Parts: sequence; C-alpha cells; structure tokens
Amino acid sequence: MTTQTGPETRITRKFAQLKAEGRAGLVTFLTAGDPTPQLSEDIILGIAEAGADLIEIGMPFSDPMADGPAIQASSLRALKAGMTLPKALGIVRSFRKRDDNTPIVLMGYYNPIYIYGVDRFLADAREAGVDGLIVVDLPPEEEGELCLPAIAAGLNFIYLTAPTTDDARLPKVVRHASGFVYYVSITGITGTRSADAADVAASVARIRKYTDLPVGVGFGIRTPDQAAAIAKVADAAVVGSALVDVIAENRDAAGAPLPGTRDKVLDLVKALAGGVRGARS
Amino acid sequence: MSKLNTYREGPDETGHFGIYGGRFVAETLMPLILEVDKAWKKAKDDAAFWDEFNRYMKHYVGRPSPLYLAERLTAEFGGAKVYFKRDELNHTGAHKINNTIGQILLARRMGKKRIIAETGAGQHGVATATVCALFGLPCVVYMGETDVRRQRPNVVRMKMLGAEIVPVTAGTGTLKDAMNEALRDWVANVEDTFYIIGTVAGPHPYPAMVRDFQCVIGNEVREQMMEAEGRLPDTCVAAIGGGSNAMGLFHPFLDDEGVRLIGVEAAGHGIETGEHCASLNGGRPGVLHGNRTYLLQTEDGQILDGHSISAGLDYPGIGPEHSWLRDTGRVDYVYATDDEALAAFQLCTRKEGIIPALEPSHALAHVAKIAPDLPKDHIICMNMCGRGDKDVDAVAGYLGMD
Repeated sequence: MTTQTGPETRITRKFAQLKAEGRAGLVTFLTAGDPTPQLSEDIILGIAEAGADLIEIGMPFSDPMADGPAIQASSLRALKAGMTLPKALGIVRSFRKRDDNTPIVLMGYYNPIYIYGVDRFLADAREAGVDGLIVVDLPPEEEGELCLPAIAAGLNFIYLTAPTTDDARLPKVVRHASGFVYYVSITGITGTRSADAADVAASVARIRKYTDLPVGVGFGIRTPDQAAAIAKVADAAVVGSALVDVIAENRDAAGAPLPGTRDKVLDLVKALAGGVRGARS
Repeated sequence: MSKLNTYREGPDETGHFGIYGGRFVAETLMPLILEVDKAWKKAKDDAAFWDEFNRYMKHYVGRPSPLYLAERLTAEFGGAKVYFKRDELNHTGAHKINNTIGQILLARRMGKKRIIAETGAGQHGVATATVCALFGLPCVVYMGETDVRRQRPNVVRMKMLGAEIVPVTAGTGTLKDAMNEALRDWVANVEDTFYIIGTVAGPHPYPAMVRDFQCVIGNEVREQMMEAEGRLPDTCVAAIGGGSNAMGLFHPFLDDEGVRLIGVEAAGHGIETGEHCASLNGGRPGVLHGNRTYLLQTEDGQILDGHSISAGLDYPGIGPEHSWLRDTGRVDYVYATDDEALAAFQLCTRKEGIIPALEPSHALAHVAKIAPDLPKDHIICMNMCGRGDKDVDAVAGYLGMD
C-alpha cells in the first residue's frame, strides 16, 4: 500500500470533500478548442455549475493513438479551428477568474508538451491554474520525462491503470501517482465499448490493495445510469466521448456549430451529475 | 561527441539510443511490450531460434541475395565501382520479408493467434500476409486510404494471400495513421494479437529487434564483398523511410571506420518546399509511435504528413537508432527528390535491365551524384531493397506513357 505523498492540489482537496459528502465525483472530458476556441471556452466556463466535480481538458494532438473515433475527430476539429497548447492554457486562465475551487486536469499526449518545453510547460500550467496532468503515452517506464518534474512543480501526475496492469505491475504504476488513479475500464480505445460494473468493482478493489489514492474510472461511460453504476463502486466516473459526441452532432452541413450546442452539452453534464450524486442514496 | 569504442551496443536496457528510442505507449499496451521484450531476449540468445530463422531465409526467402557488380552503370558514372545488394530478388520482392519471418517466428513462440500490421507502399503488408499464409494465422493489415488507392497491385496481393485490409480514413489516411490504427487494434486485442511492425521504429524492443533481423543484409555483404574484392566496401548507400533496409545494411559496418555509410531520405518536391519526408534533414526530435526520434512536425508539436513519390518512404518519422547515428556523426544522411529518383529509376531500368522500386531509386540517385567524382578503385555498395513491379503504373503516369 502506497500512502499519498504527492502535492496537495485542488484535486486532493476535492476528493477529501467528496469523501466527507459520502459521494463519488463526476469528471468531464472535453477537448480544448472543440468545436471552436470560443464555444469551447463558453462550455467549459459553465461546466462546473452544471455539476462537473473535476474538469479534464484535452490538449489536442494530431495522432491520438489511445483514442477512439469520437475524440480523434474532436482533436482534429480543434486543431483545424486553430487550437494550440498556449490557447488551451488560456481557457484554464479564463476559468480560474470565475472559479478557484474546481480542479482542472490537462490530458493529452507527450509530443506537444515536449516541443513546448517541459519546464516552461509546468511553470505555465501551474500559473494558469492547472492541478494535474494525464499524459497517455508516458507510462512509469518514462517517469523521468514529465511525472517527476511535475510533482516537483506542485502538480499531480495521474497515472492510468488498465485491465492489463497485473498485480506484479500495479505497485510500479501507483508509486509516483498522485491526485487520483485513473482506471481504464476496458482494454481498448476511448468511446468504443463499456465495462461491466461488477468487473469494475473487482478491479477497483484490486487497485485499492496498492494505494489509498481515490480511483476514478473512465472509458465507455456514456449515460447517467452507467455513471451512477460506476459511482457506486469508484471515487469518480469520467465521461468524455458522450459529451464530445453532442458537439459533433450539433453542427451544420459545413461543420459550423449550431445554436444551443452549449446548453445541450451542459444538459448532459447535469443529467450525468444527477446520476453520480444519486448513486449511493 | 567523443568517439565511441563501438556503435553496435545499443540500445540500453530501457531501449534508448542516446536520448532516442524508449517506450512511449499507453499503459494498456505496456505489459504487452514488456512481454514482447522478454520473449525477444530469450529468442535472441537461443541458437534454435536462429537455426529456424536461417532455414526460412535460405529455402523460403531465397537468401543469400546476390551481390551484383553493375558494370554498365559503373561505366556510365565513370568513377567508383557500383555494386547492388540484390534484396529485390527476395521472395515477395523486397527486404521486408526478412523481418516478417523473424517476427512471426517470435509470435508463434509466444503463442499469439492473430497478426496485425501497418503498411504504406504495401510491401510490408504483403510480406506480413505472406508469412501469415505460410503459418496459417489470420492477418489484418491497416493501410491508409490514400495508399490503398495508389498501391492497388499490393492490395490485391494481400487479399489473395488471405489478409483482411482495413483502409484507414482517420487523420490523413497515410502510413502514420495506419500505424495509429494498428496500435489501437492492439490495445483492444492484447491477449491474442501480435503486432508485426515493419520498420526499425516503435517502442522498444521493436527498433532493435527489426534491426537484428535485417542485419542479415549487411552480414552477407561483408562476406560477399570479401569474396568479390578481397576487402570491405568504401561506401554503403541505402534509402531511408523508417530505415529498416538501411539499418540492416549499415549496422554490421558501424565499427569499420573505413566504411562510409550514407542514408538517403526522400526530399519529395524539395526540402525547401516543405513537401518531403526527410525527418533527419527537415525535422526535429519529438515523440510519436512509442519512441523519441526526429519527426516532421509543426512549431506546436503536431505531426505533419510527409510527401514522397514513393509511398514506402512516406513516413514523418525515422527509426530512433538512425537519429542517434545522425547526432554522433557516424552515418551521413542526405536526400534525393522525386525527380532525381524518377531519373535514377529510368537509368537503372535501361542500363541494367533491373526495374528498381522507387525507394532504392532514391539511393541510386545519390550514387549517381557521388560515383563520377570517386576514383575507379572506390567500391560503393547500394542496397537494391525492392523491385519496381508495384511502381510501374505510377511511374508510367508520371512519365506520361500510355
């Protein structure tokens, strides 16, 4: 069992609060800049009020190899609309002017960070109000690249664990994890299939043998009912592709966003939050 | 950088060649990558594994491939003696089969029941479909939609061999997207599937493993050149996309100081136009497909599409060991444009009666640049890594032939 030793952030405070309230949290994922930089910012600014407990913001990448069609398309839309890593940090800064409590996690792939410069990125992310990082293609084997510098800079580095992460490997994965542990509930890419809640419960229990960090579960959670089922057995449910799909579906023939897109995304967030909050009552 | 005692020891235990290489993959894949690494370490030290590999090289692939003195081209250039290593005579028409035989033997040892691969020009796809037919394993090949259209003969061959071809529309529909899609398949089918990567790139141990299989090329050249000339070549030249044929030729010569090694990248319409595939000459280090290496990318770290007349060189990255060899200065990396490769293609066809693939046509284009100014006792060995049957329609189109 590893005791939590990473930096204290809005993430650690939020999970402490959720524990006191006796409920699980809702983590929402959206890609920064999707479908346009402005609309993306508008949606994210309203997402905490709609019920998101933690906000995961995707930094778009041209080659998102762990993502399914929905998030791939979302990244391409954002890049086409001119989104960049500095602009994604700009969205975080705007959010922080209104809300200094809701944790923000940046999620992405390593190359754009590497090109921006690791030290510069960590300084700018922290200054913007980022609390944690999920970088899909940095397993513990590459922890020297970003994980250890991030911890030194006061950010949580959130590790993914998967069904393939066996008991021999789990201690290595959670060793430098902080904030929470993200359990990828299926062997596969985002938004493709859904895990059985009973299997997830067993896997979360297995992870808890090795860490006292909160466990968030993602990949394949689309509906309020699914979110509620996960909220019964884990500390947080992560929803991404289903939200991104709302953005994809609400565009005209030329790809421009339709009026009302923001409200439709936030309505789904409200419904998901309802599922998560009512799960254990 | 100070001179090393050997250039042949890499990678280190964690898969790094200097700062290049590594294992930049999602956690779901990581246990699998470690399993491949473990199995490869064991096989590599097992004489029985290499006996089996060598048996297939000899009786199925047709190795050793000849070392051929191209007399008419030598006379045409009027300088150095030009030899071709005839890997285009291998079964399936390119060097790719050396690697697919090796990897499928490993997959069988690991008890894997399903094979996946990515392909650009289709040569690696054909070589993979071939060994899957040979060993009776189902085969899924990911191929960019653009490449499916421009490499139709190879698509048909793969289908006849029983492979399922999945056209990839994600991203921009070329080789890098095919590789992304193959990795996504692997993440979803970790238990039973083995991913046969076609070049010296990807997460460790792939760059080293593919190199070790392709080293059969350079090892044969050493012996054959000793027999033909009583000494080693002065210069070795090979085309570079991901870099597997070049690594196979170069690696056995890395510690022979007197042997100059030249990799030829595809410069497309010219480096200055931005429409090229020359990662080492026109890119910078980044992280993609499991390794750190030179990549074509934007200022923001988004990966760019390459351009080349040759689909087999159309990849925005390069094997990490090449990146390291570039930085150490042991290998020179130059480039040739589409037009130069087309000219070399025609010259070789007319002068030697050998229709080269567009990939080695780039290598020959560079030989044509340097051979005339070298003395007559200078020996160049160029890897003729593939035959041009697959390219004749495309070339006829470029040349306006009916």
